[in-house]
Amino acid sequence: MTYIGIIITFVFINNFILTQFLGLCPFIGVSKNVESAVGMGFAVTFVMSIAALATWAIQNFILVPLNIEFLQTITFILMIAALVQFVEMFIQKSSPSLYKALGIYLPLITTNCAVLGIALIAVRSNYNAIESFVAGIAAGLGFLLAILLMSTIREKLDAEWIPAPLRGTPIAFITGGLMALAFMAFDKTLLNNLIG
Amino acid sequence: MIDRVLYAFLSVGILGGLLGLALAFAARIFAVKKDKRIEEVEGVLPSINCGACGYPGCSGYAEAIINEDADMTLCSPGGADVATKIGEIMGVEVSVSGEKLVAQIHCRGTNETSLKKYEYKGIEDCNAMHSAFGGDKICPYGCLGLGSCIKVCPVDAIVKTEYGYLDIDKDKCIACGKCIDVCPTGVIKMIPYRAREIVACNSTDKGGAVRKYCSVGCIGCKMCEKKSPEGGFKVDNFLASIDYNAEGSRAEAVEVCPAKCIIDLDVAD
Repeated sequence: MTYIGIIITFVFINNFILTQFLGLCPFIGVSKNVESAVGMGFAVTFVMSIAALATWAIQNFILVPLNIEFLQTITFILMIAALVQFVEMFIQKSSPSLYKALGIYLPLITTNCAVLGIALIAVRSNYNAIESFVAGIAAGLGFLLAILLMSTIREKLDAEWIPAPLRGTPIAFITGGLMALAFMAFDKTLLNNLIG
Repeated sequence: MIDRVLYAFLSVGILGGLLGLALAFAARIFAVKKDKRIEEVEGVLPSINCGACGYPGCSGYAEAIINEDADMTLCSPGGADVATKIGEIMGVEVSVSGEKLVAQIHCRGTNETSLKKYEYKGIEDCNAMHSAFGGDKICPYGCLGLGSCIKVCPVDAIVKTEYGYLDIDKDKCIACGKCIDVCPTGVIKMIPYRAREIVACNSTDKGGAVRKYCSVGCIGCKMCEKKSPEGGFKVDNFLASIDYNAEGSRAEAVEVCPAKCIIDLDVAD
Protein backbone atom coordinates (compact mmCIF):
# COMPACT_ATOMS: atom_id res chain seq x y z
CA MET A 1 0.00 0.00 0.00
CA THR A 2 1.38 3.39 -0.90
CA TYR A 3 1.91 6.14 1.64
CA ILE A 4 -0.82 8.20 0.00
CA GLY A 5 -3.14 5.27 0.43
CA ILE A 6 -2.24 5.03 4.13
CA ILE A 7 -2.81 8.75 4.59
CA ILE A 8 -6.21 8.76 2.88
CA THR A 9 -7.19 5.64 4.80
CA PHE A 10 -6.41 7.05 8.22
CA VAL A 11 -7.52 10.63 7.64
CA PHE A 12 -10.82 9.93 5.91
CA ILE A 13 -11.86 6.29 5.51
CA ASN A 14 -10.82 5.01 8.92
CA ASN A 15 -10.89 8.35 10.69
CA PHE A 16 -10.13 7.45 14.29
CA ILE A 17 -12.87 9.56 15.78
CA LEU A 18 -15.65 9.64 13.25
CA THR A 19 -15.39 6.10 11.92
CA GLN A 20 -13.64 4.04 14.59
CA PHE A 21 -14.92 6.06 17.58
CA LEU A 22 -11.59 6.03 19.39
CA GLY A 23 -10.43 8.95 21.55
CA LEU A 24 -13.82 10.57 22.09
CA CYS A 25 -12.83 12.03 25.48
CA PRO A 26 -10.65 14.89 24.18
CA PHE A 27 -12.87 15.17 21.09
CA ILE A 28 -15.77 16.27 23.31
CA GLY A 29 -13.73 17.80 26.12
CA VAL A 30 -11.34 20.10 24.24
CA SER A 31 -13.49 21.10 21.28
CA LYS A 32 -15.09 24.15 22.91
CA ASN A 33 -12.82 26.60 21.14
CA VAL A 34 -10.72 26.37 18.00
CA GLU A 35 -7.43 27.45 19.54
CA SER A 36 -7.16 24.74 22.17
CA ALA A 37 -8.67 22.20 19.78
CA VAL A 38 -5.87 22.81 17.28
CA GLY A 39 -3.32 22.64 20.10
CA MET A 40 -4.77 19.33 21.22
CA GLY A 41 -4.87 18.07 17.65
CA PHE A 42 -1.18 18.75 17.09
CA ALA A 43 -0.21 17.33 20.49
CA VAL A 44 -2.09 14.11 19.69
CA THR A 45 -0.62 14.00 16.17
CA PHE A 46 2.87 14.29 17.60
CA VAL A 47 2.27 11.63 20.23
CA MET A 48 0.62 9.26 17.73
CA SER A 49 3.37 9.52 15.12
CA ILE A 50 6.20 9.02 17.61
CA ALA A 51 4.22 6.33 19.43
CA ALA A 52 3.63 4.41 16.20
CA LEU A 53 7.35 4.50 15.43
CA ALA A 54 8.46 3.66 18.98
CA THR A 55 6.00 0.81 19.37
CA TRP A 56 7.10 -0.58 16.00
CA ALA A 57 10.64 -0.66 17.36
CA ILE A 58 9.53 -2.32 20.59
CA GLN A 59 7.50 -4.89 18.68
CA ASN A 60 10.24 -5.82 16.22
CA PHE A 61 13.38 -5.49 18.35
CA ILE A 62 12.14 -6.67 21.75
CA LEU A 63 8.84 -8.50 21.69
CA VAL A 64 9.21 -10.63 18.54
CA PRO A 65 12.84 -11.76 19.03
CA LEU A 66 12.15 -12.70 22.65
CA ASN A 67 8.83 -14.30 21.70
CA ILE A 68 6.92 -12.29 24.30
CA GLU A 69 4.28 -10.56 22.14
CA PHE A 70 1.75 -11.01 24.92
CA LEU A 71 3.38 -7.99 26.57
CA GLN A 72 2.24 -5.72 23.71
CA THR A 73 -0.35 -3.76 25.67
CA ILE A 74 1.72 -3.07 28.77
CA THR A 75 4.90 -2.10 26.93
CA PHE A 76 3.01 0.08 24.46
CA ILE A 77 1.20 1.87 27.27
CA LEU A 78 4.52 2.37 29.05
CA MET A 79 6.01 3.93 25.93
CA ILE A 80 2.95 6.13 25.28
CA ALA A 81 2.84 7.33 28.90
CA ALA A 82 6.48 8.36 28.76
CA LEU A 83 5.93 10.16 25.45
CA VAL A 84 2.92 12.04 26.77
CA GLN A 85 4.87 13.04 29.87
CA PHE A 86 7.57 14.38 27.59
CA VAL A 87 5.08 16.32 25.46
CA GLU A 88 3.52 17.75 28.61
CA MET A 89 6.88 19.03 29.84
CA PHE A 90 7.65 20.45 26.42
CA ILE A 91 4.34 22.31 26.13
CA GLN A 92 4.57 23.64 29.68
CA LYS A 93 7.95 25.09 28.83
CA SER A 94 7.18 26.42 25.36
CA SER A 95 3.56 27.57 25.66
CA PRO A 96 2.12 28.04 29.17
CA SER A 97 -1.18 29.33 27.78
CA LEU A 98 -1.71 26.23 25.64
CA TYR A 99 -0.72 24.15 28.68
CA LYS A 100 -3.45 25.85 30.70
CA ALA A 101 -6.03 25.55 27.93
CA LEU A 102 -5.44 21.80 27.52
CA GLY A 103 -5.58 21.28 31.29
CA ILE A 104 -6.40 17.76 32.42
CA TYR A 105 -6.82 16.54 28.84
CA LEU A 106 -3.08 16.73 28.21
CA PRO A 107 -2.07 13.95 30.65
CA LEU A 108 -5.22 12.15 29.54
CA ILE A 109 -3.67 11.62 26.09
CA THR A 110 -1.93 8.78 27.91
CA THR A 111 -5.19 6.92 28.22
CA ASN A 112 -6.42 8.13 24.85
CA CYS A 113 -7.30 4.86 23.19
CA ALA A 114 -6.61 6.42 19.79
CA VAL A 115 -2.88 6.41 20.58
CA LEU A 116 -2.85 2.80 21.69
CA GLY A 117 -5.16 2.13 18.76
CA ILE A 118 -2.72 3.34 16.12
CA ALA A 119 0.11 1.40 17.78
CA LEU A 120 -1.84 -1.86 17.73
CA ILE A 121 -3.33 -1.30 14.28
CA ALA A 122 0.08 -0.49 12.77
CA VAL A 123 1.56 -3.66 14.27
CA ARG A 124 -1.36 -5.84 13.12
CA SER A 125 -1.19 -4.38 9.58
CA ASN A 126 2.48 -5.49 9.42
CA TYR A 127 3.63 -1.99 8.50
CA ASN A 128 7.34 -1.28 8.32
CA ALA A 129 8.90 1.55 10.32
CA ILE A 130 8.18 4.34 7.84
CA GLU A 131 4.68 3.08 7.11
CA SER A 132 3.95 2.99 10.85
CA PHE A 133 5.23 6.53 11.24
CA VAL A 134 3.16 7.78 8.29
CA ALA A 135 0.10 5.96 9.63
CA GLY A 136 0.65 7.66 12.99
CA ILE A 137 0.87 11.09 11.40
CA ALA A 138 -2.18 10.42 9.22
CA ALA A 139 -4.26 9.15 12.14
CA GLY A 140 -3.23 12.23 14.13
CA LEU A 141 -4.18 14.50 11.24
CA GLY A 142 -7.53 12.70 11.04
CA PHE A 143 -8.00 13.45 14.73
CA LEU A 144 -6.96 17.08 14.12
CA LEU A 145 -9.42 17.35 11.23
CA ALA A 146 -12.29 15.96 13.28
CA ILE A 147 -11.63 18.06 16.38
CA LEU A 148 -11.08 21.20 14.27
CA LEU A 149 -14.40 20.72 12.43
CA MET A 150 -16.12 20.02 15.72
CA SER A 151 -14.70 23.09 17.49
CA THR A 152 -15.68 25.47 14.68
CA ILE A 153 -19.21 24.08 14.76
CA ARG A 154 -19.35 24.35 18.54
CA GLU A 155 -18.18 27.97 18.49
CA LYS A 156 -21.10 28.71 16.17
CA LEU A 157 -23.46 26.70 18.35
CA ASP A 158 -22.57 28.91 21.33
CA ALA A 159 -24.41 31.82 19.77
CA GLU A 160 -27.46 29.78 18.79
CA TRP A 161 -30.56 29.07 20.78
CA ILE A 162 -30.49 25.44 21.89
CA PRO A 163 -33.17 23.72 24.00
CA ALA A 164 -31.97 23.69 27.62
CA PRO A 165 -31.66 19.88 28.02
CA LEU A 166 -29.44 19.67 24.94
CA ARG A 167 -27.04 22.48 25.79
CA GLY A 168 -23.34 21.64 26.11
CA THR A 169 -22.27 18.01 25.76
CA PRO A 170 -25.55 16.49 24.47
CA ILE A 171 -25.67 18.71 21.39
CA ALA A 172 -21.95 18.02 20.89
CA PHE A 173 -22.63 14.29 20.74
CA ILE A 174 -25.51 14.77 18.32
CA THR A 175 -23.28 16.96 16.16
CA GLY A 176 -20.53 14.35 16.32
CA GLY A 177 -23.01 11.66 15.29
CA LEU A 178 -24.08 13.64 12.23
CA MET A 179 -20.44 14.22 11.32
CA ALA A 180 -19.80 10.49 11.64
CA LEU A 181 -22.70 9.84 9.24
CA ALA A 182 -21.11 12.22 6.76
CA PHE A 183 -17.79 10.39 7.04
CA MET A 184 -19.54 7.13 6.06
CA ALA A 185 -19.32 8.51 2.53
CA PHE A 186 -15.58 7.80 2.54
CA ASP A 187 -15.04 4.11 1.87
CA LYS A 188 -12.74 1.64 0.17
CA THR A 189 -14.40 2.19 -3.22
CA LEU A 190 -13.46 5.84 -3.03
CA LEU A 191 -9.88 4.92 -2.19
CA ASN A 192 -9.70 2.51 -5.13
CA ASN A 193 -11.11 5.14 -7.49
CA LEU A 194 -8.61 7.68 -6.25
CA ILE A 195 -5.38 5.71 -6.38
CA GLY A 196 -6.37 2.73 -8.52
CA MET B 1 9.23 -21.52 29.93
CA ILE B 2 11.18 -19.93 32.75
CA ASP B 3 13.33 -17.91 30.33
CA ARG B 4 10.19 -16.36 28.81
CA VAL B 5 9.15 -15.20 32.26
CA LEU B 6 12.63 -13.81 32.77
CA TYR B 7 12.60 -12.04 29.40
CA ALA B 8 9.20 -10.53 30.14
CA PHE B 9 10.35 -9.36 33.55
CA LEU B 10 13.62 -7.95 32.25
CA SER B 11 12.32 -6.27 29.11
CA VAL B 12 9.51 -4.42 30.86
CA GLY B 13 11.82 -3.57 33.76
CA ILE B 14 14.64 -2.27 31.58
CA LEU B 15 12.27 -0.40 29.25
CA GLY B 16 10.58 1.26 32.21
CA GLY B 17 13.92 2.13 33.78
CA LEU B 18 15.29 3.65 30.59
CA LEU B 19 12.16 5.69 29.94
CA GLY B 20 12.19 6.86 33.56
CA LEU B 21 15.79 8.00 33.21
CA ALA B 22 15.02 9.77 29.94
CA LEU B 23 12.10 11.59 31.55
CA ALA B 24 14.15 12.60 34.58
CA PHE B 25 16.73 14.01 32.19
CA ALA B 26 14.06 15.83 30.15
CA ALA B 27 12.58 17.30 33.33
CA ARG B 28 15.96 18.95 33.97
CA ILE B 29 16.06 20.48 30.49
CA PHE B 30 12.47 21.64 30.44
CA ALA B 31 12.30 22.81 34.05
CA VAL B 32 10.20 25.96 34.29
CA LYS B 33 11.90 28.46 36.55
CA LYS B 34 9.37 30.30 38.68
CA ASP B 35 9.97 33.17 41.02
CA LYS B 36 8.61 32.10 44.41
CA ARG B 37 7.07 35.52 44.91
CA ILE B 38 4.72 34.90 41.97
CA GLU B 39 2.98 32.19 43.97
CA GLU B 40 2.89 34.38 47.06
CA VAL B 41 1.34 37.31 45.18
CA GLU B 42 -1.10 34.93 43.52
CA GLY B 43 -2.13 33.70 46.96
CA VAL B 44 -2.93 37.23 48.07
CA LEU B 45 -4.99 38.06 44.98
CA PRO B 46 -8.69 37.21 45.15
CA SER B 47 -8.33 34.56 42.39
CA ILE B 48 -11.63 35.33 40.73
CA ASN B 49 -9.82 36.01 37.42
CA CYS B 50 -12.05 38.97 36.58
CA GLY B 51 -9.47 40.72 34.41
CA ALA B 52 -10.08 44.17 35.87
CA CYS B 53 -6.31 44.70 36.12
CA GLY B 54 -5.93 44.21 32.38
CA TYR B 55 -3.95 40.96 32.66
CA PRO B 56 -5.22 37.47 31.85
CA GLY B 57 -6.40 36.36 35.27
CA CYS B 58 -4.88 36.64 38.72
CA SER B 59 -1.85 34.48 37.90
CA GLY B 60 -1.14 36.62 34.85
CA TYR B 61 -1.26 39.75 36.99
CA ALA B 62 0.98 38.16 39.63
CA GLU B 63 3.55 37.33 36.93
CA ALA B 64 3.30 40.86 35.52
CA ILE B 65 3.97 42.37 38.96
CA ILE B 66 7.14 40.31 39.39
CA ASN B 67 8.45 40.26 35.82
CA GLU B 68 7.20 43.48 34.27
CA ASP B 69 7.01 45.80 37.29
CA ALA B 70 3.28 46.22 36.82
CA ASP B 71 1.44 48.66 39.05
CA MET B 72 0.53 46.99 42.35
CA THR B 73 -2.76 48.82 42.82
CA LEU B 74 -4.59 47.50 39.77
CA CYS B 75 -6.65 44.89 41.59
CA SER B 76 -9.96 46.65 42.10
CA PRO B 77 -11.82 43.71 43.71
CA GLY B 78 -9.07 43.38 46.32
CA GLY B 79 -8.79 47.11 46.85
CA ALA B 80 -6.44 48.64 49.40
CA ASP B 81 -6.05 45.42 51.41
CA VAL B 82 -4.59 43.41 48.56
CA ALA B 83 -2.40 46.27 47.36
CA THR B 84 -0.82 46.62 50.81
CA LYS B 85 -0.22 42.87 51.03
CA ILE B 86 1.40 42.79 47.60
CA GLY B 87 3.56 45.70 48.71
CA GLU B 88 4.67 43.66 51.74
CA ILE B 89 5.71 40.74 49.54
CA MET B 90 7.58 43.00 47.15
CA GLY B 91 9.08 44.94 50.05
CA VAL B 92 7.80 48.36 49.03
CA GLU B 93 5.33 50.82 50.45
CA VAL B 94 2.13 51.02 48.39
CA SER B 95 -0.08 54.03 48.71
CA VAL B 96 -3.67 53.53 47.68
CA SER B 97 -5.69 56.48 46.60
CA GLY B 98 -9.18 56.84 45.21
CA GLU B 99 -12.36 55.57 46.73
CA LYS B 100 -14.18 52.33 46.08
CA LEU B 101 -16.31 52.43 42.98
CA VAL B 102 -19.18 50.24 41.92
CA ALA B 103 -21.00 49.91 38.62
CA GLN B 104 -24.66 50.83 38.33
CA ILE B 105 -27.14 50.66 35.49
CA HIS B 106 -28.51 54.13 34.85
CA CYS B 107 -31.89 53.06 33.48
CA ARG B 108 -35.03 51.65 35.02
CA GLY B 109 -37.04 51.32 31.84
CA THR B 110 -39.15 48.16 31.51
CA ASN B 111 -41.63 46.83 28.99
CA GLU B 112 -44.33 48.75 30.85
CA THR B 113 -42.59 52.11 30.99
CA SER B 114 -40.82 52.26 27.63
CA LEU B 115 -42.31 51.96 24.17
CA LYS B 116 -40.82 49.66 21.58
CA LYS B 117 -40.31 50.24 17.89
CA TYR B 118 -40.35 46.57 16.91
CA GLU B 119 -40.64 43.07 18.34
CA TYR B 120 -37.21 41.50 18.73
CA LYS B 121 -36.88 37.76 18.22
CA GLY B 122 -33.29 36.62 18.03
CA ILE B 123 -30.17 35.79 19.95
CA GLU B 124 -30.50 36.66 23.63
CA ASP B 125 -27.63 39.09 23.57
CA CYS B 126 -27.61 42.87 23.93
CA ASN B 127 -24.96 43.43 21.27
CA ALA B 128 -26.82 41.25 18.77
CA MET B 129 -30.00 43.18 19.44
CA HIS B 130 -28.18 46.49 19.32
CA SER B 131 -26.91 45.71 15.83
CA ALA B 132 -30.55 45.63 14.71
CA PHE B 133 -31.54 49.30 14.68
CA GLY B 134 -30.02 49.99 18.10
CA GLY B 135 -32.35 47.69 20.01
CA ASP B 136 -36.09 47.26 20.22
CA LYS B 137 -36.74 50.28 22.45
CA ILE B 138 -37.42 53.62 20.82
CA CYS B 139 -34.95 55.06 23.34
CA PRO B 140 -31.48 54.40 21.95
CA TYR B 141 -29.72 55.21 25.22
CA GLY B 142 -31.28 52.87 27.76
CA CYS B 143 -30.78 49.35 29.03
CA LEU B 144 -31.72 46.72 26.43
CA GLY B 145 -32.51 44.26 29.19
CA LEU B 146 -31.20 41.05 27.60
CA GLY B 147 -28.55 40.77 30.27
CA SER B 148 -25.25 40.48 28.41
CA CYS B 149 -23.78 42.10 31.51
CA ILE B 150 -25.27 39.35 33.69
CA LYS B 151 -23.37 36.79 31.62
CA VAL B 152 -19.99 38.52 31.90
CA CYS B 153 -20.25 39.49 35.58
CA PRO B 154 -17.74 37.28 37.40
CA VAL B 155 -19.42 37.65 40.78
CA ASP B 156 -23.12 37.49 39.82
CA ALA B 157 -23.75 40.99 41.13
CA ILE B 158 -26.23 41.83 38.36
CA VAL B 159 -29.75 40.48 38.58
CA LYS B 160 -32.94 40.93 36.62
CA THR B 161 -35.52 42.21 39.10
CA GLU B 162 -39.14 41.12 39.20
CA TYR B 163 -40.08 44.45 37.60
CA GLY B 164 -38.07 43.65 34.50
CA TYR B 165 -35.12 45.99 34.82
CA LEU B 166 -31.56 45.03 35.75
CA ASP B 167 -29.98 46.02 39.03
CA ILE B 168 -26.44 45.78 40.36
CA ASP B 169 -25.84 44.75 43.97
CA LYS B 170 -23.24 47.24 45.12
CA ASP B 171 -22.04 44.98 47.92
CA LYS B 172 -21.21 42.23 45.44
CA CYS B 173 -19.80 44.46 42.70
CA ILE B 174 -16.02 44.37 42.44
CA ALA B 175 -15.73 47.19 39.89
CA CYS B 176 -13.99 45.01 37.31
CA GLY B 177 -15.68 46.98 34.49
CA LYS B 178 -16.58 43.97 32.36
CA CYS B 179 -20.26 44.96 32.22
CA ILE B 180 -19.29 48.45 31.08
CA ASP B 181 -17.18 46.98 28.29
CA VAL B 182 -19.87 44.63 27.03
CA CYS B 183 -22.81 47.07 27.21
CA PRO B 184 -23.57 48.48 23.75
CA THR B 185 -25.45 51.55 24.95
CA GLY B 186 -23.07 52.71 27.68
CA VAL B 187 -25.87 52.84 30.22
CA ILE B 188 -23.67 51.28 32.92
CA LYS B 189 -21.49 53.80 34.70
CA MET B 190 -19.25 53.78 37.75
CA ILE B 191 -20.47 55.55 40.86
CA PRO B 192 -18.86 55.80 44.30
CA TYR B 193 -19.80 52.97 46.65
CA ARG B 194 -21.19 55.47 49.16
CA ALA B 195 -23.54 57.06 46.59
CA ARG B 196 -27.19 56.62 47.54
CA GLU B 197 -28.94 58.43 44.73
CA ILE B 198 -28.57 57.98 40.99
CA VAL B 199 -30.16 59.56 37.96
CA ALA B 200 -31.61 56.41 36.44
CA CYS B 201 -31.64 57.65 32.88
CA ASN B 202 -29.11 57.91 30.09
CA SER B 203 -31.19 59.74 27.48
CA THR B 204 -29.96 63.04 26.09
CA ASP B 205 -33.06 63.52 23.96
CA LYS B 206 -35.22 66.59 24.55
CA GLY B 207 -37.86 66.40 27.26
CA GLY B 208 -40.77 66.18 24.87
CA ALA B 209 -39.24 63.32 22.94
CA VAL B 210 -38.37 61.36 26.05
CA ARG B 211 -41.87 61.83 27.43
CA LYS B 212 -43.32 60.23 24.32
CA TYR B 213 -41.40 56.97 24.59
CA CYS B 214 -40.54 56.51 28.25
CA SER B 215 -42.37 57.30 31.45
CA VAL B 216 -39.28 57.06 33.66
CA GLY B 217 -36.86 59.06 31.52
CA CYS B 218 -35.14 62.31 32.49
CA ILE B 219 -36.78 65.23 30.70
CA GLY B 220 -34.21 67.81 31.78
CA CYS B 221 -36.70 69.94 33.74
CA LYS B 222 -34.05 71.09 36.25
CA MET B 223 -36.36 70.57 39.23
CA CYS B 224 -33.54 68.66 40.96
CA GLU B 225 -31.17 71.58 40.53
CA LYS B 226 -33.70 73.90 42.13
CA LYS B 227 -34.96 71.71 44.97
CA SER B 228 -31.61 70.26 46.07
CA PRO B 229 -29.13 73.01 45.23
CA GLU B 230 -26.49 71.45 47.52
CA GLY B 231 -26.88 67.98 46.00
CA GLY B 232 -24.52 68.49 43.08
CA PHE B 233 -27.19 68.12 40.40
CA LYS B 234 -26.40 69.43 36.96
CA VAL B 235 -28.61 69.23 33.91
CA ASP B 236 -26.65 69.10 30.74
CA ASN B 237 -27.94 68.16 27.30
CA PHE B 238 -31.42 67.42 28.76
CA LEU B 239 -29.97 64.87 31.19
CA ALA B 240 -29.38 65.36 34.90
CA SER B 241 -26.16 64.12 36.45
CA ILE B 242 -24.86 64.09 40.00
CA ASP B 243 -21.50 65.34 41.16
CA TYR B 244 -20.88 62.95 44.04
CA ASN B 245 -18.30 65.29 45.57
CA ALA B 246 -21.18 67.51 46.67
CA GLU B 247 -22.14 66.52 50.19
CA GLY B 248 -25.57 68.14 50.40
CA SER B 249 -28.88 66.32 50.77
CA ARG B 250 -30.55 64.98 47.63
CA ALA B 251 -33.76 63.77 49.28
CA GLU B 252 -35.81 66.71 47.96
CA ALA B 253 -34.83 66.00 44.39
CA VAL B 254 -35.76 62.32 44.72
CA GLU B 255 -39.12 63.50 46.02
CA VAL B 256 -39.95 66.03 43.32
CA CYS B 257 -38.49 64.44 40.17
CA PRO B 258 -41.56 64.33 37.89
CA ALA B 259 -40.39 61.25 36.00
CA LYS B 260 -39.21 59.58 39.23
CA CYS B 261 -35.92 58.83 37.54
CA ILE B 262 -33.83 60.14 40.42
CA ILE B 263 -33.89 57.15 42.74
CA ASP B 264 -32.62 56.31 46.16
CA LEU B 265 -30.79 52.99 45.89
CA ASP B 266 -31.11 52.30 49.61
CA VAL B 267 -34.88 52.62 49.52
CA ALA B 268 -35.53 49.56 47.44
CA ASP B 269 -38.32 50.31 45.00
